Amino acid sequence: MVIAGLIFVVLGAAIYFPILRRRVKRAARLQQQSEEQARRELAQPITVNPGDPRVKTKLYWASDAMDSTLAPVTVELPLANDPVVRSKQVLNTLLAGPVDAELRTLPPDAVLLAFYLLPDGTGIADFSEALATSVPSGIASEQMAVDSIARTLEANVPQVRRLKILIHGQEVETLAGHLDLTGAFVVATEPVAVPANPAVAAASADKAPASAPAATPATLTPEKAPGKLAQPERKQ
Amino acid sequence: MLLDVRNVIRMRTIFLAGAGSLALVGAAMVHSAQSPTQAPGAPAVTSPQVGTQAQRSGLNIVVLDPAHGGTDPGARGTGGIRESEIVLDLATQVRRALELAGFQVVLTRQGNENPSFDDRSAVANAQRGAVFVTLHISSTGLPGTVRVYVNSDLAAVTEANGLIPWDRAQAPFLGLSKKFGDLVQGMLVQRFKSSPDTALTAGVRQLRTTAAPAIAVEISSIVVEDRAELDRMAPGVADAIARGAAAFKPSYVVANVPGTLP
Repeated sequence: MVIAGLIFVVLGAAIYFPILRRRVKRAARLQQQSEEQARRELAQPITVNPGDPRVKTKLYWASDAMDSTLAPVTVELPLANDPVVRSKQVLNTLLAGPVDAELRTLPPDAVLLAFYLLPDGTGIADFSEALATSVPSGIASEQMAVDSIARTLEANVPQVRRLKILIHGQEVETLAGHLDLTGAFVVATEPVAVPANPAVAAASADKAPASAPAATPATLTPEKAPGKLAQPERKQ
Repeated sequence: MLLDVRNVIRMRTIFLAGAGSLALVGAAMVHSAQSPTQAPGAPAVTSPQVGTQAQRSGLNIVVLDPAHGGTDPGARGTGGIRESEIVLDLATQVRRALELAGFQVVLTRQGNENPSFDDRSAVANAQRGAVFVTLHISSTGLPGTVRVYVNSDLAAVTEANGLIPWDRAQAPFLGLSKKFGDLVQGMLVQRFKSSPDTALTAGVRQLRTTAAPAIAVEISSIVVEDRAELDRMAPGVADAIARGAAAFKPSYVVANVPGTLP
């Protein structure tokens, strides 16, 4: 009787275990997916709030008239006043791409994961891995990608003076083998306005080397960052 | 009679001076035909070095950098063509054109390796009187055009000990780089219409750590259907770089930049 009971239990386990294993695996996969989805949703909740005032927004995509240059496209978008929310809104619109997909500057699978604004006006844009892996490799194409981000921010978010690009939260050496991402890009080309926080201004003046231009703002990591690395070209 | 033969061989040797191995074959022939220890062809073989020794203070070395390589294929075309392979072949042609123009050429890679950005810069930074040219094929742009890039503005910083920080070694050379770049681009646009007239500016990582006049040359593009289209451009690109370097030579006056080789 006891032996019959044991055999029954063993047989039952033999049938049930594979099913259980499959279920656990499926559950794990589902959880992974939902985590990824949650991250994306967190990253992209800010699209457009219809309540915001509609403003003319300049987005820089590739020009169809001139090879390897950018051209602004003006669209009316409801934009928030908060510079961080506003930056996310314009960058997400930029990532969504123009009507003509040929004129894209950023890969369609790239996602803006986060955007921060430091008190000194440095905007930190954190993009998903796809920005680096899917952008066409080359000096011209990588520069177009970075320039389109920098110039779109310049045109729509005056508070962003400089731009630092991260890939999946990490500082990387280049975008896709060519363009230097170790420093920050100058976004606002006109002279820097007096910073709101005088302590920051004093600190930056102290740290600025004597030979550097007076307008050079404090770098993000002064001991390491090469400072002004790339100035978006004036192509108009 | 013997003298005649020797003169013919010497002329051939001079003619072939740029093509290293062939020139050596020529010299060996002279050697076997003549017993004297000094082969008459020898000076012709070494003429580039003789020429540069006379102008030790100026520009005499061109460091050529075929980009990518090894595990990094660079830009890839639909037909399976790889930037890393095309630029290596291109470098061979550019080298020949430069040697014929009297320059000594140093390559940052000879085969399918992938030295780091710093390793490649180090090759140039160890030379005196050198310029640096990194060769690329783009993924985009109008096919049949070539663009020259110089590094974007870098705030020049000299540390208290008088040394230039490695991570912005290019800063003191930006003016010369721009001049060199404009000259090469000017030569390129004569052959490749629709290319820009002057050098462009970009934050090219490879250029930033290079302590010499440095340019990037990028050919459009990898999307051509047949690799032959890019190979056909190689002689023109090689010639433009060699003529650009020759035109740049008189402007190459390196002021004593502290922290770099004199």
